[in-house]
Amino acid sequence: MSAAPDHTPTFAQISLSERIGKAAPLLLVPVMVALGFLAIGSPSSWLTLTVSGLAMGMMIFIMASGLTLVFGLMDVINFGHGAFISVGAFVGISVLLVLGSWTGAPSLALNVAAVMLAVIAAMIITGALGWAFERVIVRPVYGAHLKQILVTVGGLIVIEQMIHVIWGPDEIFLTRPETLKGAFTFAGAAIEKYRLLAVVFGLVLFVAMRLVFKRTKIGLIVRAGVQNGEMVQALGYRLRLVFIGVFIAGSALAGLGGVMWGLYQEVITAGMGEEMMILVFIVVIIGGLGSVEGAFIGALLVGLLQNYIAFLEPKLALVSNIALMTAVLMWRPQGMMPVVKAK
Amino acid sequence: MSDPILTLSGVQTDIAQYHILQGVDLTVPRGGVTMLLGRNGVGKTTTLRTIIGHWQARAGTITFDGQDITAMPTPARARAGIGFVPEDMGIFSDLTVEENMILAAASGPLDSARLDWIFSVFPPLKTFWRAAAGNLSGGQKQMLSIARAMAEDRALYLIDEPTKGLAPAIISTMAGALRDLKNQGASILLVEQNFSVAKALGDTVAVMEDGRINWTGQMAELANDAALQERLMGLSMEAH
Ligand SMILES: Nc1ncnc2c1ncn2[C@@H]1O[C@H](COP(=O)(O)OP(=O)(O)O)[C@@H](O)[C@H]1O
Ligand SMILES: [Mg+2]
Repeated sequence: MSAAPDHTPTFAQISLSERIGKAAPLLLVPVMVALGFLAIGSPSSWLTLTVSGLAMGMMIFIMASGLTLVFGLMDVINFGHGAFISVGAFVGISVLLVLGSWTGAPSLALNVAAVMLAVIAAMIITGALGWAFERVIVRPVYGAHLKQILVTVGGLIVIEQMIHVIWGPDEIFLTRPETLKGAFTFAGAAIEKYRLLAVVFGLVLFVAMRLVFKRTKIGLIVRAGVQNGEMVQALGYRLRLVFIGVFIAGSALAGLGGVMWGLYQEVITAGMGEEMMILVFIVVIIGGLGSVEGAFIGALLVGLLQNYIAFLEPKLALVSNIALMTAVLMWRPQGMMPVVKAK
Repeated sequence: MSDPILTLSGVQTDIAQYHILQGVDLTVPRGGVTMLLGRNGVGKTTTLRTIIGHWQARAGTITFDGQDITAMPTPARARAGIGFVPEDMGIFSDLTVEENMILAAASGPLDSARLDWIFSVFPPLKTFWRAAAGNLSGGQKQMLSIARAMAEDRALYLIDEPTKGLAPAIISTMAGALRDLKNQGASILLVEQNFSVAKALGDTVAVMEDGRINWTGQMAELANDAALQERLMGLSMEAH
């Protein structure tokens, strides 16, 4: 970054209430966890559910992060995003099945190497698929929302059918690599190793993304582009290229999310991405379109609520998330952390 | 006399189904301030937006520094050396002042000597360097918008109503900064409704009416002729 002038910056203009208002969404996650504790009663069940809720939230965040930026940067509504989740899962899981001797070995190194290869393969394929999808399907319909919805849903259906053609019509069951199986007990609660790993991995990824957005020029360009793309171009940056890059990265992240979700569920289907998209869209909307931080908080809330309610009243799990969305939008119609758009 | 930095000939621009610019002919000489004046709604902003490429000209040619840029995308025009200060300032509110400035230096890191110069003309930017740009006052945002254009050496600055809605004290800061920029030899195309600022800064003048330039001449000529002012711009400039 540039040389800082020698002085202490003044923030006197920002009122206290404004600062609390900005931070309020951050407080919702602990509030949700506390409410879960009160509603569930049993500390060990609560701990198990909290870890799986956070794990699910992290995976939804990974799937949602690209989508929210694609919308924020170019105002593109991509219903085809779910296809990258499914394709990522099928590619990744296929690699793991091929590497069966590595995943079956009780060796952490071999298991991790297999998962890494699966993730890399999934991200390369879904990134490339995203590049083609943007060129062929999205580019002709810039600025036309209705066409975007129709055409990207069409793309989703075509890709799902391609999965059926390549991998067959049935779901594929799998087991996690040997060392990632099972649970350990902590404070009387059973905590699955894989879920804890997903939480840690999601956190690391989120921190890495934040660093990119705060510390690199490309990150600044993306953040500025979400607010005022016209001005970014007037400063000399080719927003189109930035958008294509974000589209590819977002598709690859969806593919990563697909692999993680497949390992979590231990079964994959061509429709799994489409099913996840309901939660992904809720997260993007309540987070604030274009806001990666908002999507992160939104995803944790959705994951936690989904798990708590599934335990308390299984039939209400999805309804509860729609209720959450309604409540958030009544509080903040632009989402929890809206991006300040130009004009 | 050297060739002009910018020439528009017969430029027409449509916004949706409206013919807004109806054949603009405009010449901006190298060095000095060219004022683009005219009543509200005559097409001054549309002219600047057409020059930077936010609107695509339907007909006519735009020549910048000897190069036909009519069909060039906006980023290429910017990189060719055009700095743009839009009417709405175009501040990235969620970014800090520092981050806005880092982005403004598109071709490399911020030059520290230039930054010192910017801080000397706009001291509040130094004070609020790490603050979110959205929390700045209106005048400070305008300073940041101009500072972004000043972050690199541009062959031409397009500046749209930099004193709009500002208090008199800040207007004089703004005028001082523009004079500083002018004294460094910059070429500036400036839209300004405040006639005393326009008079103080302008060298040459183009006046618009209904999507065309209907008068060009020297600032001194216009400044000394109240009847001409009245005819070209009505009351809009007496209001200040
Ligand atoms: N985005 C737009 N959509 C429709 N009409 C517009 C738009 N922008 C400007 N106009 C019209 O174009 C004309 C010229 O506007 P503008 O260039 O902003 O004038 P000025 O800057 O001289 O006040 C006005 O009649 C205005 O209503
Ligand atoms: Mg205007």
